[in-house]
Amino acid sequence: MRRTHYRALVQSIRDKIAGIVVLLAGILLAASLCFGGPANPSPPNMFRPASTPADAILHISIFVLIISFVIFAVVFGLLVYALAKFRRRAGDDGREPPQVYGSNQVELAWTVLPILIVLVLFLATARVIHSVEDARKPPDAVEVIAIGHQFWWEFRYPSLGVVTANELHVPVSDPAHPTPTFIRLLSADTDHSFWVPRLAGKTDLIPNRTNSTWIDPHEAGVYVGQCAQYCGTQHAKMLLRVYVEPQDQFNRWVQEEAKPAQMSDAVSEGRGIFETTACINCHAILGTVANGRFGPDLTHLMSRETIASGAASNTPENLRLWIHDPEAIKPGSLMPAMNLTDQDLDALTAYLETLR
Amino acid sequence: MSSDSIALNPVGESTRPIGDRLHDWVTTVDHKKLGIMYILYSLLFLVIGGIEATIMRIQLIVPHNHFVSPQVFNRMFTMHGTTMIFFVAMPIMFGFGNYLVPLMIGARDMAFPRLNAWSFWLMVFGGLLLYFSFIGGDGLYGAGNAPDVGWFAYAPLTARVFSIGHSTDFWTLGLLVSGIGSIGTAANIVATILCLRCPGMTLGKMPLLAWMNLVMAGLVLLAISPLTAAQIMLSLDRYLGAHFFDTQAGGSAVIWMHFFWIFGHPEVYVLVIPAFAFASEIIPVFSRKPIFGYPVMVAATVSIGFVSFTVWAHHMFTVGMNSYANSFFTISTMVVGVPTGIKIFNWIATMWGGKIQFKTPMLFCIGFLFQFLIAGLTGIMLAVAPFDWQLGNSYFVVAHFHYVIVGAILFALFGAFYYWFPKMSGRMYNETLGKWHFWLFLIGFHLTFDFMHIPGLLGMPRRIYTYEPGRGWDTWNLIVTIGVFFQAAGILVFVGNLLWSRLKGPVCTNDPWDGWTLEWSTSSPPPEYNFATIPVVRSRRPLWDIKHPEDPDWKYE
Amino acid sequence: MSSTSLAPSSIESEWILPSRGRVGMFCLIAAESAIFTIFVVAYIYYIGKSLAGQMPKNVLELPIFATICLLSSSLTIHFAVAALRSGKSRVFGIWWFVTIALGTIFLVETGREWYHLIFEKGLTISTNLFGTTYYSLVGLHAFHVTVGLIGLAIGMILALLGKVNEEHSERADVFSLYWHFVDMVWIVVFVVVYVVGR
Repeated sequence: MRRTHYRALVQSIRDKIAGIVVLLAGILLAASLCFGGPANPSPPNMFRPASTPADAILHISIFVLIISFVIFAVVFGLLVYALAKFRRRAGDDGREPPQVYGSNQVELAWTVLPILIVLVLFLATARVIHSVEDARKPPDAVEVIAIGHQFWWEFRYPSLGVVTANELHVPVSDPAHPTPTFIRLLSADTDHSFWVPRLAGKTDLIPNRTNSTWIDPHEAGVYVGQCAQYCGTQHAKMLLRVYVEPQDQFNRWVQEEAKPAQMSDAVSEGRGIFETTACINCHAILGTVANGRFGPDLTHLMSRETIASGAASNTPENLRLWIHDPEAIKPGSLMPAMNLTDQDLDALTAYLETLR
Repeated sequence: MSSDSIALNPVGESTRPIGDRLHDWVTTVDHKKLGIMYILYSLLFLVIGGIEATIMRIQLIVPHNHFVSPQVFNRMFTMHGTTMIFFVAMPIMFGFGNYLVPLMIGARDMAFPRLNAWSFWLMVFGGLLLYFSFIGGDGLYGAGNAPDVGWFAYAPLTARVFSIGHSTDFWTLGLLVSGIGSIGTAANIVATILCLRCPGMTLGKMPLLAWMNLVMAGLVLLAISPLTAAQIMLSLDRYLGAHFFDTQAGGSAVIWMHFFWIFGHPEVYVLVIPAFAFASEIIPVFSRKPIFGYPVMVAATVSIGFVSFTVWAHHMFTVGMNSYANSFFTISTMVVGVPTGIKIFNWIATMWGGKIQFKTPMLFCIGFLFQFLIAGLTGIMLAVAPFDWQLGNSYFVVAHFHYVIVGAILFALFGAFYYWFPKMSGRMYNETLGKWHFWLFLIGFHLTFDFMHIPGLLGMPRRIYTYEPGRGWDTWNLIVTIGVFFQAAGILVFVGNLLWSRLKGPVCTNDPWDGWTLEWSTSSPPPEYNFATIPVVRSRRPLWDIKHPEDPDWKYE
Repeated sequence: MSSTSLAPSSIESEWILPSRGRVGMFCLIAAESAIFTIFVVAYIYYIGKSLAGQMPKNVLELPIFATICLLSSSLTIHFAVAALRSGKSRVFGIWWFVTIALGTIFLVETGREWYHLIFEKGLTISTNLFGTTYYSLVGLHAFHVTVGLIGLAIGMILALLGKVNEEHSERADVFSLYWHFVDMVWIVVFVVVYVVGR
């Protein structure tokens, strides 16, 4: 007899505990979200938006989160109450309880109320969908074309004459005089997705289709993200870095990037190796004969903090290793091991190190 | 009550030569044996799929781990998803449906017993074909030639040029074959329910499990074919140079997504509606009350079936559809949540005013209710397209759908296992072990899938074999992996309980739960012919009418 | 637990449910309709999107004769089943045979059309999007015609062996549902491919 009572009590306590676990997880989460990660770059936390699309998304998300929590609390409360109050007690006489078959009024009530909630939620959502997707591009917008590759990002600024890879530089947008960046999204091979949570929701890059997204970051900083649509073996390492810079710093960057590559006699041996090896089939260096587009543009390779789309930091050791044995850094990437002698490799690396 | 349902367990049964008994099972067309075979087959693949998940979770326990290579990891998530959906969840629902529907509607077998057997063996063949892919290519430790394109195999990753070798073809052909089997089973279920109900059992008087299997079968008939069509198109692309998804020739990658998800979304309702069926049978019996609002439950299920065909592109909110399309799919997805929510209320109302007994089947159904509520709410969150622009393709989605499939569907399935195991095997399971299973699995489930939402909210995409440290994901991934071991322990207890009870459990009666539907009127297990005389019924709970002749249901329905 | 004590016996005597063969066939037709719908959607979506190669209006001619044959075969199979219902096995056999003949002519005409397209116009499944969607849709239909013809042939053999009687008319009727479905699909394919698509 006591066992029945005990079990039912444990049951309702279990439900309360589960509910508390969920609540605690939420509190822990909220706490972790409020205190940011390392100063530079910032973790990809959608709850700290730095750009209008991400902002708009956060507001509607909080709205639906609140509605969901309220619904959860009510229904969970009813469930726990029912379990506690209507459990079979010790000393039960074994008679069946009153057999209730239904109630039309109750059914009506709990049909109409959800429909109303849906209506309100939908209207609020539709506004945000429209404001983000149908935003007009102002005349001072920076235009970027992003082309997804297996497993790296190509960024072109057609009106500025810049071609770069993996690390996107954009200017800060002042809300008084907005200078957003509008990005057209294309793909050279299979599906990818551009996702930098603090700046905007994700949008896919699909071959034979042009998509677009936009960001207007309010604060300078480095924002990270990564490819969010499975694109093959090294999908996990197709990382993204967005460098948001004050306007003058951005202008300086554009100026440097638009220039052809530095030509230094000290590394002519390395340059010679580059120009006469298969490197030029995939890579381009402005000012040399290399005009391959399969791999990233290397003209200003040293202006980037990472190589292999974020898989390794841009140090001479990593660069050398990447050329010698890409599988060690990014197994399954499409960069072939170049099978050079140590001497050639050193010369080549020295050359690449000059491409600021 | 059971005097004319004579159990066919003659003393000589267990001494027949093993060859004879195996032959019996392999050539059977009896819905009960086929049902049990479907269930056992699914259990085997549940364990295999679980091992695939464990491998993935060990790889993800810390960032930059080297437990498996990216190639192996990518094969793991593809095979895990494909296995669990097509070779665990679908067959197990077909198994329970096969076993229970004829018994609950007072029939002797399914409408087409030989088609039933053919469909089962096709599904077996499909699964074996898919798993044959592991033996090939790099060999077993390199995960062979198993498909690595994700369970939804987006184009053009599946084109010959990006998917070299035959791994994609194993995916395509294994599923094509088992898909044809599914259509056979679905047609069988529909014909059985429409044509073989016992006298007096109008559609309005048949158990909710029968209604829900009917809707599920209807969904299968209409939803599997789009997948079959897409797979034929993919194979034509790969082998005859067709251009359906060939973006270089003007083909569309997005149209694969449309075709796939027109299958894919109704598919998840194919999986969850039978779970609703189990809850609708178990909760009333352990609350000692009839289901609250039977007609509304039927209407809600049917409308879910219809609406489920209008929501598919909520899996495609990020592909760049225009704002009108995104808005449409937002509202249609929210709309399908309404009848679903109504059902939750009806289940709670069933318990309300009852006398709830916390036996193992009921514990699992309570877990189902709690978890399905949460899963539905995270689904509403994902329905809000802008929120989905952040959460889509992240671990939040993975957490959401595992909450539905494991937290709701698998929990309801465990409830069904414990509820009908006595009927199927003639023996009672061990209640203590059942409760151990429940608690271990509950803890493991919540450790893994509650905390899995968080990395998704913090920007962690899915299908990545490793992740960067310093993004705020590390601790959560660790907790998620730890939960796996509790779940594994729970499954071990479960399997042990089943085996031990089957061999040594106490023999049980026809009706250990004091139930009200026709299957409890037969012996445990039922004889091959189910009913000596086809029953005639007058209400939704024929056994209640018999047990309470002074207060039968048909006076009130 | 049996027939006693539960309900008046009038329930038993009035208890008539649909025939399972008919329901099963409708289920199959539902599933097949879904698969054809997807191929038709693909066809319509890709109209005008081919980047190169032959276009429909350059190479397609209306297959009037084949269409008349196939659609009349629906009529003839209907006559066959009606005859069998009245017990006229010989008449049944004749109409059944005519149905097979008409269906075969349809397939032969399709084959001839394909020969012409492949060898004289240079249109194959891999030529362009039109080729891809055309051959797959028409081919899927032709495959279903072929399966139907195999079923019809089996029926013919059984009829010639004298094994088909009035009591089999329900089964023949259910089979004819499949054949009517195949013809309905052809109407859709004809309109989409040869009328709208051109």
